Amino acid sequence: MSATVPVRVTVNGASHQLDVEPRRLLVHALREELGLTGTHVGCDTSSCGACTIHLDAVAVKSCTVLAVQCDGREVTTIEGLGSTDDLHPVQEAFWEHHGLQCGYCTPGMIMAGVDLLNRNPQPSEGEIRHAIEGNLCRCTGYHNIVKAIQAASGQQTEPTSEAREEVQA
Amino acid sequence: MTATEAAPDGAALHVGRSLRRKEDPRLVTGRARYVDDMSVPGLLHAAIVRSPEAHARIVSIDASAALARSDVELVLTGEDMADLQSPLPCAWVPPGIEVANPPHWPLARGVVNHVGDAVALVVGTDLYAVVDAAEDVLVEYESLPVIVDPRAALADGAPLVHEDLGSNKAYEFSLGGGDVEAGLAEADVVVQREIVNHRISGAPIEPRGIIADFRAGSLTIHSSTQVPHFLRLFLSLMLGVGEERIRAVAPEVGGGFGAKLQIYGEEALLAYASRRLQRPIKWIETRSEHMQASHHGRDQIATCRMGARSDGTITAFHVQITADLGAYLMLLTPVIPVLGAFVMGGCYAIPNVRTDITGVFTNKMATDAIRGAGRPEATHMVEVMMDQVASELGMSPPAIRRRNFIPKEDFPAEVATGVIYDSGDYHGSLDKLMGKLDVEAFKREQTELRNHPTHPIYRGIGLSTYTEICGLAPSRIVGPSGLGLQTGLWESAMVRVHISGAVTVYSGASPHGQGLDTSFAQIVADRLGVDPEVVEVIHGDTGTGPQGLGTYGSRSLSVGGEAIARATAKVAEKAKAIVAHELEAAAQDIEVSGDRFSVKGSPDRGMSLAEVAGAAYIPENLPEGMEPGLEETTFYDPENFVFPFGAHAAIVDVDAATGKVSVARYIAIDDCGPAVNPMIIEGQVHGGITHAIGQALYERVHYDDDGQLVTGTFVDYSLASAAEVPMFETDRTETPSPVNSLGVKGVGEAGTIAATPAVTNAVIDALRPLGVTFMNMPLTPMRVWEAIEKAKGGVPA
Repeated sequence: MSATVPVRVTVNGASHQLDVEPRRLLVHALREELGLTGTHVGCDTSSCGACTIHLDAVAVKSCTVLAVQCDGREVTTIEGLGSTDDLHPVQEAFWEHHGLQCGYCTPGMIMAGVDLLNRNPQPSEGEIRHAIEGNLCRCTGYHNIVKAIQAASGQQTEPTSEAREEVQA
Repeated sequence: MTATEAAPDGAALHVGRSLRRKEDPRLVTGRARYVDDMSVPGLLHAAIVRSPEAHARIVSIDASAALARSDVELVLTGEDMADLQSPLPCAWVPPGIEVANPPHWPLARGVVNHVGDAVALVVGTDLYAVVDAAEDVLVEYESLPVIVDPRAALADGAPLVHEDLGSNKAYEFSLGGGDVEAGLAEADVVVQREIVNHRISGAPIEPRGIIADFRAGSLTIHSSTQVPHFLRLFLSLMLGVGEERIRAVAPEVGGGFGAKLQIYGEEALLAYASRRLQRPIKWIETRSEHMQASHHGRDQIATCRMGARSDGTITAFHVQITADLGAYLMLLTPVIPVLGAFVMGGCYAIPNVRTDITGVFTNKMATDAIRGAGRPEATHMVEVMMDQVASELGMSPPAIRRRNFIPKEDFPAEVATGVIYDSGDYHGSLDKLMGKLDVEAFKREQTELRNHPTHPIYRGIGLSTYTEICGLAPSRIVGPSGLGLQTGLWESAMVRVHISGAVTVYSGASPHGQGLDTSFAQIVADRLGVDPEVVEVIHGDTGTGPQGLGTYGSRSLSVGGEAIARATAKVAEKAKAIVAHELEAAAQDIEVSGDRFSVKGSPDRGMSLAEVAGAAYIPENLPEGMEPGLEETTFYDPENFVFPFGAHAAIVDVDAATGKVSVARYIAIDDCGPAVNPMIIEGQVHGGITHAIGQALYERVHYDDDGQLVTGTFVDYSLASAAEVPMFETDRTETPSPVNSLGVKGVGEAGTIAATPAVTNAVIDALRPLGVTFMNMPLTPMRVWEAIEKAKGGVPA
């Protein structure tokens, strides 16, 4: 094992001092050192996007970033986006519009969707599809993912699910 | 219990509604726990040394450099595991048919038979370190002749995958009915085509992963699997450890698509090594490993002959399949083409249908169940052939289908292949589809696009009307003395009402993205007068609940869900007896109405489930002889399969200059019986279609002539991305199945089964003006362009 390098990085608002091998991938540092396992690994060629996080508020694939490159920088992961009690609008929209099935690509997909809306608050269907083409999903066929991102941007969409209150009534 | 007794008393309050999924809050927040998200104190990591050769003798393995590393604890080779009690399993032993099944060990013994065959296991303290150490394991190979083409493999003198078998032929099997030769003889036209269903990967986005923890004589194994109960059984047999000492858990599983319906060598390997070291060990598959060493699907080459009279009536369908099994028989490898053979007649009244299957060994990874498992192949053959015959007769694709549909009134319908289709309304789904198509607008757009002065686009439309055989069960048909699977195929459920009135359901199904926590809770809620929110579903853990059989073959709702409905009905029955006793009414007068068990006609006289549970668990006033408690278990083995069906249409645009195909519109009408949760059904259909569009246009597991895997990563094995598919237009018809009380049929595989022929037929339709009349998948730009050039009479570069 090679010598470790100190890295100071802010993750989800908290600052951390890590000692990592220079070759250590950011995704592994997040998952193994910091226990943030919501960021997933689905391939070994930066193709699937399951590991998408925000680095200085821009979406990147954390399997393609070395932890040492993050010294002095800010990382946001899915855990920093919202919690089950306080969902981010994109998380809420994925739930409401059934934008996920097995959930494995979902954190990366949501981080890519948030990044898109940061850059382009009212994307067209084509712009959404283009923006998430680096994030692979095997379950949903993307239909409801596209719909969820449209809905989260405040655009009119057909309802997908019933609110629970309506069922009770 | 009869089927109707499992139905709820009153109107369904929750079943039939698109409730948001109970699963999702943990998934959208990154709080779910997949195998790789777990750790255990003292955890070691594993990496696997795999063969770079397609076929070779292992001359020597030198692990000394790896073992010399301070961070390595163990290196295992095949020879180190001679005390393993049995090889990896194949569950198909058909009565009266010989199936050659060479031993398949978790680590190769002497010979490697495909690229990715596991040769050694390295266990150490750090993930990066074991990957380094695996590279330090020096394996010397002596190359052996390689056979890749399954048809060439059957020729005399072909290199043998398994020399001691003396042949590459694993088995021959025929299934059908009537007399296909007589049927073909009475036809006015006989169309013959060679149809290829090429090899694909399951490619769930979560690769496989395992944590094995063997301590004090007992094993706990967490695996990203669809079949934890089968895993427990086979690990017991392989390791010689009592089944009662093994707990297999499928935690959150990130998709399966059949690729995790398997007993993999790595599962046995990790358990074995953990027993050796008495330490927990984790192994997580890389994507490259998935492409090499998680089973593939399809890979069938078929000579199809379909005969028809001039009025379009199909007289016979004969299919001869060469099935490329790869190097070993895994859990269901040889039986996959047989599953397709059951529905080789499609949704048509064809009196003479026969499928002859020859299973062949090659130096490739094993094939096995991938989403649809045999039925996509069969449906592709039937539906592409229907269009080919229609074209030959000058009929339209809808017309030839309508001519041959099994009429609605004929159900249940015994078909030539010997199975009984439970229910269907094929005209109904095609009518609904055609109603959405707007054929006139299509023709107008088609003409406009073709006539573009500088950049003509060829637009085509393709149909697929399908039925599939689902709800894998019933045991008496598929079990040891029937089809020959060495198992029963029922499903179990246990419904436990807690003293608070909350409900826990234990299912033997093992879902991995299908949303069954939600669908199952909806079924239970209606029958017990509670909110789905207070129904928790536990699955995928052999340490809880009754014995189960897992999730595959679109069986979890029609078999597992029905088991839950029945167990819930038993709970409701006991609850009614308690309520009747408490309220001094007759049990048959108690019904579930809203959130109460109440006396019919007197809704104010009743008890909530919590009150009933209180009476059951504090048994001060139970009916004479009644046991305390409120929980029931059911094992449900259906009388028949279920046969979902539908009609799909694809509209595609082909750029003749580049050969690029894009899907402009996709319309799907599916019938899986009454919906439990329509939103979830739609999602399953969307995903299935996209999987099939991927297969039809992009995905192909490709080995070169030397058996080298050319498509070893997601860079060269292309899943469809969001940019390659349109918004889907979906709708349903609802034809209940008479087989179960829910009337449900299953939908997880429907899109994958229906969509490859719809897309292929559409591409062929688009290219007809250019002289192309037939093509096989994958319809990549290169192949489409070559077909166009060939039809023009030019010579492709």
